[in-house]
Parts: sequence; C-alpha cells; structure tokens
Amino acid sequence: MTKLNSKIPAGDLETKWTKYKSSVPLVNPANKRSIEIIVVGSGLAGASAASSLAELGYQVKCFCFQDSPRRAHSIAAQGGINAAKNYQNDGDSVYRLFYDTVKGGDYRAREGNVYRLAEVSANIIDQCVAQGVPFAREYGGYLSNRSFGGTQVQRTFYAAGQTGQQLLLGAYSALERQVGLGTVKMYSRHEMLDIVMIDGKARGIIARDLISGKLERHFGHAVLLCTGGYGNVFFLSTNAMGSNVTAAWKAHKQGAFFGNPCYTQIHPTCIPVSGDHQSKLTLMSESLRNDGRIWVPKAKNDARKANEIPEEERDYYLERRYPAFGNLVPRDVASRAAKERCDEGCGVGTSKMAVYLDFAAAIERYGKIQVNKMNLHNVSKERILELGKEAVKEKYGNLFDMYAKITGENPYETPMRIYPAVHYTMGGLWVDYDLMTSVPGLYALGEANFSDHGANRLGASALMQGLADGYFVIPYTIGTYLSQDIRTKAIPTDHEAFVEAEKKVQEQLDTLMNIKGTKSVDHFHKKLGKIMWDKCGMARNEKGLTEAISAIRALREEFWKGVRIPGTQNEMNLELEKAGRVADFIELGELMCKDALNRKESCGGHFREESATEDGEAKRDDDNFSYVAAWEFKGVGESELHKEELKFDVVHPSQRSYK
Amino acid sequence: MNLTLKIWRQKNAKDKGGFALYTIDGISEDMSFLEMIDVLNERLIGKNAEPVAFDHDCREGICGMCSMFINGRAHGPWAGTTTCQLHMRAFKDGDTITIEPWRAAGFPVVKDLVVDRSAFDRIIASGGFVSVNTGNAKDANNITIPKPDADESFAAAACIGCGACVASCKNSSAMLFVSAKVSQLALLPQGQVERKQRVQSMVAQMDAEGFGNCTNTGSCEAECPKEISLTHIARMNREYMMANIME
Ligand SMILES: Cc1cc2nc3c(=O)[nH]c(=O)nc-3n(C[C@H](O)[C@H](O)[C@H](O)COP(=O)(O)OP(=O)(O)OC[C@H]3O[C@@H](n4cnc5c(N)ncnc54)[C@H](O)[C@@H]3O)c2cc1C
Ligand code: SF4
Ligand code: FES
Repeated sequence: MTKLNSKIPAGDLETKWTKYKSSVPLVNPANKRSIEIIVVGSGLAGASAASSLAELGYQVKCFCFQDSPRRAHSIAAQGGINAAKNYQNDGDSVYRLFYDTVKGGDYRAREGNVYRLAEVSANIIDQCVAQGVPFAREYGGYLSNRSFGGTQVQRTFYAAGQTGQQLLLGAYSALERQVGLGTVKMYSRHEMLDIVMIDGKARGIIARDLISGKLERHFGHAVLLCTGGYGNVFFLSTNAMGSNVTAAWKAHKQGAFFGNPCYTQIHPTCIPVSGDHQSKLTLMSESLRNDGRIWVPKAKNDARKANEIPEEERDYYLERRYPAFGNLVPRDVASRAAKERCDEGCGVGTSKMAVYLDFAAAIERYGKIQVNKMNLHNVSKERILELGKEAVKEKYGNLFDMYAKITGENPYETPMRIYPAVHYTMGGLWVDYDLMTSVPGLYALGEANFSDHGANRLGASALMQGLADGYFVIPYTIGTYLSQDIRTKAIPTDHEAFVEAEKKVQEQLDTLMNIKGTKSVDHFHKKLGKIMWDKCGMARNEKGLTEAISAIRALREEFWKGVRIPGTQNEMNLELEKAGRVADFIELGELMCKDALNRKESCGGHFREESATEDGEAKRDDDNFSYVAAWEFKGVGESELHKEELKFDVVHPSQRSYK
Repeated sequence: MNLTLKIWRQKNAKDKGGFALYTIDGISEDMSFLEMIDVLNERLIGKNAEPVAFDHDCREGICGMCSMFINGRAHGPWAGTTTCQLHMRAFKDGDTITIEPWRAAGFPVVKDLVVDRSAFDRIIASGGFVSVNTGNAKDANNITIPKPDADESFAAAACIGCGACVASCKNSSAMLFVSAKVSQLALLPQGQVERKQRVQSMVAQMDAEGFGNCTNTGSCEAECPKEISLTHIARMNREYMMANIME
C-alpha cells in the first residue's frame, strides 16, 4: 500500500505557512522564462493561477472549453466570498475562520491546509479590490459585509448577487493582460482529453480543438488541473451544463488518487423540478434564509393553497427542530430536514417535492421598520406591506425576479417553493500541501481538488479557496517541484509518449462514433442521474448503494453498446463532447457509491441512514473514519482504498449540534 | 403547445447556410426556451439527424454564452432577459418562431447558431484591466470609494459579454460592451493611472476587429439583457476625447 504523504510542514499551526514560504526553493527569473506550465481551466482557480504564474515569468498555456475564459462556471456564484478581515470589529480572526471551516466541514479536513486558507483570505480581498472589483460598499466608502450560514460573524464580501461574476471578471482581466503581453497563450473551445506521462511525471496534455475536431499535443513542465466540480454526475444540479469530471477522471486513470468522492453538497434552497424536460436547477441564494421562514403544512397531503393554511396548521420545522439556529442551520442539515418532511407526505406544490420559503413575516417586519424610520403615523396595513415589499425588493430583488421568470409566480404574494439540489462537490483529486496530486508534476486547484472543506463546505468559502489556490498558494508551492526541473528542456511533441497518448484518445473517439446505437447521450445521463439521486443523494444506505453499483455497471454496458452520436468527429460536434463526459461520469458514479458504501459513518453532506442518533441526526464515527479516503484506479470498476489519517492538534472534534 | 421553428442551419464557417423548418408539439409553457430546443434536438437525434448547435452553459443568465436572435430580437421578446432565461410562456400555441445566430462582421458564424466572439477577449486584452500583479495590493479599505460611484461602476461591470448589443445594432457597433468596461474602471480610483491609455487601446482594438460606428440609435441598450445604460457610451466618448486632447 502506497504511503500518502500530505507534506504538511512541521511546526506550530500559525507559523507553518510563513516558514514554508521563506524556505521554499526558488527558480531564478532566467530559468522561469524557459519553463512552460499548462493550466487547464479558466475559472477562479485557473485564471488566478495562470495570470499569477505568468507575472512571475513562466510561460503559460491556458485551456477552457467555453468560447471565452470569462464564461467558466465560477461566473455563476451568487452570494459572496469569506475573508478574515474583521472590518466589522465583531471578533473575527484567522483562527475563527479556520475553526468555523474545520467545524463546518465536520472535522474531515486537514488543519494545516485550512489554516493557510484562512491566513491568505485577507490578501484575496486586497488583490481583487486593486483589480477594480466593485464590491458592495457602505456610505462612508468602506467595504460592506454580510453574514452567511454556519458562522456568527459578518465576514462575507459581496457584489450584489453576482459576486462570482465580479471576481471572475477581475481574474479574467488579469489573465487577458498576460495574454496581451504574450506570456499566456489562451486556448478557448479546447477540451483536455488526457494527460501525457513521461518517466512517471505529467509532461503535457492531449486536447481537442472543439471547432475543427482536431487533436493537439501540448507540452508542459507541469500541468495544473483547475477544472471545477463534478456535481453534474447527478444530471440535474446547479452547475453549468458543461461542468464535468473528464479532466480529473483522466488524471485519476493515470494514477492520481481521487479523494472522498462521495462528499457531495446538496443545497437546500433551489427552485424545484417542474417536469421531465428539466435541464438544470437554479439556486436561490442562501442569503434568503436570513429573512425567509421555511414551512410545510402540518397535515399530510394538504391540497390547500399556502395562504389558505392558517398559522397554527403550519409546521416551521427548522425552527421547531433547531431552536438555536432555526432557519440558519448549515446546508446539509437544512436539506435533510426538507427531505424528511416531503418523504412524510407533507411536501407542497404539484410534485409534493417542495417546501415553502415565506417572506410574509419579513415583509411585515421591514414595513414596520420603514414606518418608524420615516416617522409615519396611523399607517394602514396595506401601506406597511407595500413599504415592506420595497425593502425586500432592495435586498433580494434580483433573486425574486429570477424566481418569477422561471416559475411564472409572484414571490412577493405567494411563498416561494424550494427543494434541495446538488450544488458542490467537496471530493476531488487528492492533493498534498503543495496542491500536487499523487502524480509528480500534476496539480489540482479549486473545486477540482478535495482539500479544504472536509465533508461539508460553508457558504462563500469556495470562491475563497479557488482564489487562494491560484493567487497565493501555487505561485510558491510550484517552486518546490520546478526548482528540481530547470535542466529539463521542452520535450518535443513527437516524443513517443505524446504519439501514444494521442492514439489512445483517438481510439476512444473512434469507438464512440462507431457505436451508432439508438439512444441519445442525455438518455444515459438522465438514467445515471436518477440512480445517483435516489441511492447516493441526500440519504444513503448499504442496500441502496449496493444496488446502485450494479445498476451503474449495467448502464455502462448499455452506454457503450447503445449511444448514438450523429455527425462526424472532424467538426464541431456537441453530442460527441457530451458523450465523452458522460462516459467518465458513469465510471465516477460507481466510485462515489463505493466510497459512500465504505464510509459507514455519517458526516457533513454524507448521511448514512445506519449511522444516526435516535432523533434522526447524523452520527460521526471518529474512531473508525477520521481519515481521507483516497482511491487508486486499478482498471475500470476496480479501485484500491488508501487512507490518510486526519490528526487534530488544535481543534477538538465534537458532535456538531445546532439545536 | 405546437410550434413551427424556422432555424438557421450552417455546417461550418465556410458553408453558405440557410433556414430549415421544423414542427414541434408537446411543448409546455414551463419549459425554458433552451429546453424547448433540447426537446427538438432529442427528436432530431432519434431520427439520426444532426442536432442544432448552439452555445449555452450556465442557463441562468450570467455566463453570457447563449446567443440567439429570436423573431428578430437578440435574446427574444422579454426585456432584460437572456435566451436561457426566456420561458415558453412568452409564446402561444401555433406560433412560428424564427431563430438565427448573431450576425455581425466581428462575430463570424462557427456552426448553426454558434458564433465566434473572441474579438471581445482581444478588446479586453488590449487594455480592459488594471495593471496590478498578484501581491502588490495594499489593504482593501485603504481605498475608499463613494457608494454611488461603486454602485455605478458595478452596474457597468454587470455586462456579461454576450454580444447582443452588437447583434441588435444596425452598424454592428460594439460601443456598449467596450464602454461598459471603460466606464467601470474610469469610475474607480484604481483605474486612474492607466485611464488615458486604456480607452485609446480599447477603441483602437474595437475598430481593428471590424465593429461599426455608433450612431446613437439606442437599440443596444434596449436589447441588452443586463440593461447596461447608454450613459456609459457618453462617458467613454468623453474619456476618449480627453485622452486625445492630452496627447
Ligand atoms: C449557482 C452557484 C452559486 C455559487 N455561489 C457561491 C458563492 O456564493 N460563494 C462561494 O464561495 N461559492 C459559490 N459556489 C461555488 C463556486 O462557484 C465554485 O466552487 C467555484 O467557482 C469553482 O471554481 P473553479 O475555478 O474551481 O472551477 P470552474 O469555475 O468550474 O472552472 C472550471 C474551468 O475548467 C475548464 N474545464 C473543465 N474541464 C475541462 C477540460 N476537460 N478541458 C479544458 N477545460 C476544462 C472550464 O472550461 C472552466 O474554465 C457556487 C456554485 C454554484 C453552482
Ligand atoms: S453590453 Fe449588454 S448586450 Fe452588450 S455584451 Fe454586455 S451584456 Fe451583452
Ligand atoms: S447560458 Fe449563461 S447566460 Fe444564457
């Protein structure tokens, strides 16, 4: 069994990173110019890494499958980004952010990594502001903050409901600046389809030009995968349509271990499925839970409209079950509670798979505040509600509009219907402290790695992690590897390893095109999604997971016999692109179920029905499962488990309670 | 509902292209416009025909990838809405819907409804940034910005780079897009140092890409899904004039 070395520097938690930075080997400027780095992905992690490395003097090639790097899925993040600035003077600190993140992750992340993340968080805000990112501000001209689930301080920076967009456009502008300077070469509409390995090291990639369909070989002294998460294995998720696991999965097949694949975040507030045609699910930002109250009818199968149900016949189940945190419990807890009510038959809407998110009380409360502010007297109830609606509109207007466009209902008048949806994947490629995978020279950044969020991610922490990895971690840690590699000359791409790798990719494309089956790619993707959602979703058990594994194996066979891809491969062919991605999702799905089966405890987003307290709460098992599960690929459908023990020197794992 | 779809089909950049007619039934008004096209594509695949190629990714109005010209309007009939946010409630049974790609010299067609908008990236690369290397920044609250300026800068920065402004302009002008970026940075203290050079380089690149002149018809603002205001064009014109006077 391979020994997993996380390479966490020795010494006190508070000084590890500082010491590391001052002792990391350096690459001199002249040598940097002859070192080439491949960055796959242009989201927050990829764009920030590519621009920062180019600024240092490396030659960078950056790839994305969209038509422009600005469209990476990070663009869709809504709520905000955390940073331990303590601008609100409310007691925040690097330690507190570290602590909240480790606890929020249900004690399944590494202390050393998370502390570093909290340490660099403040620099991220400085960097983004310097780039011209227009964060929300107070009247005095200073930056504004809001609070987010799972924390008691205000440390979230935001730009209306478009924080991801503004941060990505900042990183994109830094990237385009380097493109203009000639230090980054950008390859849009290109998809990486394999890693090229030479003497046990990652030395390049095979990519497909998505317009001409031609395969290309690219050399790099090191390869960085910043390719995002794999939530779309469920078919329906809040991720963009193109988000996929292919890059990470191909790396896995070349020897990179996959960490904690079963850790999936199901977000409690999304617009419910409206029918079979549904292609994706839309998130309603977590910030809505600050003011909205969540409820269902007390009676089962209640067919009345929301406003026909009197107050005493409503069940505000989060407030009932978790009086201390109420509607602001962490995401995993809120999602499971919604499922529990719907499974009991108390769900609402035509599908009965939804709960209400109600702003009536907030509208009235804000209305009264307005009345006081404006010093009005003898105000009618109508007027109060009108003022309240205006106040709610100012705070959440764009979200309410989005809801109205999608559902055709007016959320100011009737409560929103929401239901949990797949949102984020904490699992990903296993990496050490340097962000290097178990393949030398191959790194993983952002959502693509497994690192900092343990078994559950807190809101506004993914943007922080992606930018930390790209702006402030990789520029240092990559030196450890590259300083040993300065004598390596660029390897010509007619090297046999490149030829072989391209041939292998070509064969897979040929095989896919030649199946000439009868069913579309989406047909298989939807089937996979249903298996995953039913058996490896919000609640998991041994029987279901075992069934899922055989069902997925059968689906894999069906896929390779039955998929139909019209057109040819030497042109833009969107079905062919999807087919390759779904083929990888099917293999990943099986591994997720295996990992979920192996982890007999409940922790964070992973809920095993066999491991629950008497009142139905998740029960962790630190004696047996305080480890990172890192899976090694041993052939399709075969994998070997390696365990990285988690040691807690500073925080003391306890059972999370939000009661 | 039952619909007739008149869709532009073009095999590749060199192909001449032309409209194809499809009839489709069983469309529910809860579907998004793109889900309606998904249904069409599923049926085309069922018949072993090539599905319609179109760009899309986030499907929630923020990535700027979707780009359809629907019944003569960029992103279709709803104001302040991208194609992916448009829902079939906007149409009625029996309608004929015409769907075309963006048409502009700066945006050559790649396939069917997919166009090449890389010109926008090159315009940003020519100057749409603040030259600050990672690690150079001082504490964020050392820069104070009056809230109205921050808000207006944000309103400009909300541009999603979709290109609807170009597609709906009779001159194929990219002024709204370019001015949104110039304006965002001109309003902020961080953007001052490179203010003059930025507007000059970006305008020069815009011209080099083959986008037309602005004659103030205002159709860009009317069709922009993010409702980016024409005042940004006015601000950019001022910036450009000032930069040239200072020569
Ligand atoms: C709706 C929504 C809202 C969110 N809101 C928040 C929030 O408020 N706060 C927060 O902290 N987090 C939020 N998140 C999570 C956060 O947005 C993501 O985790 C994060 O942006 C991921 O960034 P990334 O750089 O790792 O990957 P991505 O932004 O997903 O980028 C992936 C990149 O890789 C490229 N790529 C992938 N595969 C290939 C391939 N094979 N070849 C070439 N290129 C490839 C893509 O083109 C893309 O450029 C939200 C997520 C969603 C879905
Ligand atoms: S200005 Fe409006 S129409 Fe033009 S690219 Fe930006 S968002 Fe699209
Ligand atoms: S698909 Fe992203 S804006 Fe329409």
